[in-house]
Amino acid sequence: MKAHEIKDKLQKKEISAAQVVKAYIDRIEKVDGKVGAYLEKDFDNAVDKAAVIDKKISLGEDLQGLAGIPCAIKDNISTKNVKTTCASLMLENYVPPYDATVVERLNNSGAIMLGKANMDEFAMGSSNENSAFKKVRNPWDLDRVPGGSSGGSAASVAAGEAAFSLGSDTGGSIRQPASYCNLVGIKPTYGRVSRYGLIAFASSLDQIGAFTKDVEDMALVLNSIAGRDYKDSTSYNIKTPDYTKSLSEDIRGMKIGIPVQYFGEGIDDDVKKSVLDSIELLKSMGAEAIEVDMPYTEYALAVYYILSSAEASSNLARYDGIRYGYRSKNYDDSIDLYIKSRSEGFGDEVKRRIMLGTYTLSSGYYDAYYNKALKVRSLVKKDFENAFKKCDCLVSPVSPTTPFKIGEKIDDPMSMYMLDVCTVPINIAGVCAMSIPCGFSNGLPIGLQLIGNYFEEEKLLKVGYAYQKNTNWHNLNPKVGE
Amino acid sequence: MGISADDVKYVAQLSRLEFKEDEIEKFTKDLSSIVGYVNKLNELDTEDVEALVNPIYIENDFREDDIKDSLDRENVLLNAPEKEEGYFKVPTVIEG
Repeated sequence: MKAHEIKDKLQKKEISAAQVVKAYIDRIEKVDGKVGAYLEKDFDNAVDKAAVIDKKISLGEDLQGLAGIPCAIKDNISTKNVKTTCASLMLENYVPPYDATVVERLNNSGAIMLGKANMDEFAMGSSNENSAFKKVRNPWDLDRVPGGSSGGSAASVAAGEAAFSLGSDTGGSIRQPASYCNLVGIKPTYGRVSRYGLIAFASSLDQIGAFTKDVEDMALVLNSIAGRDYKDSTSYNIKTPDYTKSLSEDIRGMKIGIPVQYFGEGIDDDVKKSVLDSIELLKSMGAEAIEVDMPYTEYALAVYYILSSAEASSNLARYDGIRYGYRSKNYDDSIDLYIKSRSEGFGDEVKRRIMLGTYTLSSGYYDAYYNKALKVRSLVKKDFENAFKKCDCLVSPVSPTTPFKIGEKIDDPMSMYMLDVCTVPINIAGVCAMSIPCGFSNGLPIGLQLIGNYFEEEKLLKVGYAYQKNTNWHNLNPKVGE
Repeated sequence: MGISADDVKYVAQLSRLEFKEDEIEKFTKDLSSIVGYVNKLNELDTEDVEALVNPIYIENDFREDDIKDSLDRENVLLNAPEKEEGYFKVPTVIEG
């Protein structure tokens, strides 16, 4: 069921919060063995929270926001007293002493967390094959990847194990799994959602976002999590609109930009066809499509891998085995303690990124790589500023391919990195983008990326909502190996 | 500009990581391939371009200098690998 449908039934007393939570717990127990979406489960607390909501309903109190709606939260988002591991041995037993701001906000809106979602270790990956604990499998085909790094968050919603989930997106880690799992996934504008409590990967690129079954649900979730937070000095001082008010079927006159550089050779024909067909549909609904030129697109991936690795090498320096996290049992002295703890605690992909980041920041290379990447970052941003002078939003593929088989790309880092070509430019510029279901190829989902100007999430929701009123992709559900 | 095994060993030292010999080989190969790719940025003349650190321009907005609650020490120490009398316990750093 969609979140807004659950909300409706709760309001009409057709179902109780306890029944909703029980249904999701039963579902998790039935399918998560095959899917692997959940790391820690928090069922007892969920049942307690449902009882509180049911009490409110019986007293005739109005239900706000997301009251009674069960969700999963990516395991790099701090949850007080509930283990938060980032799917890493480094934080295998780490229990945060505080809640992330988004978790506080979800709690205040009545949402009920069922557990923490599996992910690629420290949010580094595009397939959820880098979790230190177990892989996540795509509910649409259990031999294929759900995408990453928020693979567990996506799979949980796609498999009916959560009504919505939170994820994080640094280079496409929400949008790509959303496209691989037939869901709506949003990366809000940088600064729209607080990062306080999000365990940092790349501080100038990370944003918390969400997965939902449809755009209407996304408006509800965004209403709850967005907004300035004094504890995150990079969160922007801008009012959060009521996103449910942007849900309109009328997109006449809206200008949709088609960035030619996002439709190059590397994109699969099936993906291209679904995206182009979707553009035709939007045109038939009254939108105007215009081509836009974004010449620096081909450099964005290189910028991304330099900047994100550099920031990661800096952010992950805190994992030294001293105050929290994994500490090795065998070390000679304090320096060796750092070396052993880090080498035993981190997985291969994390080490790869730390090494790349350290290399590009080291003296002699800083100007050639890091500083150069910062300069090209301005150029990528300028491409977006120019494009948005001419149109309301841009449309492109999310991933060059449909979900690939587990094991297919894990041994070739570059081929894995190339999957991010359509998503990373958005993080570099800091604008917002949303992936929505737009078709299938051989039974595998394809996502459509809508890209919006800074703080214009309303336009994405509007176009997405209108699109979903005229299509049925988002109403389809996988059989999960039945 | 390829990366050598020596480069990898040096960077490992800076990153406080250690690798076995066969891992050094794989890392050298992987990193060379990635660095080879990112060298693409040299195609661009960025002489007159400003470096952009933050995607969005934000100005410092300090709060009032009021004392607020800190985290509870006992709770924080729950995650400590080794602790004693309210301190994090570590191997000796200073000799002598």
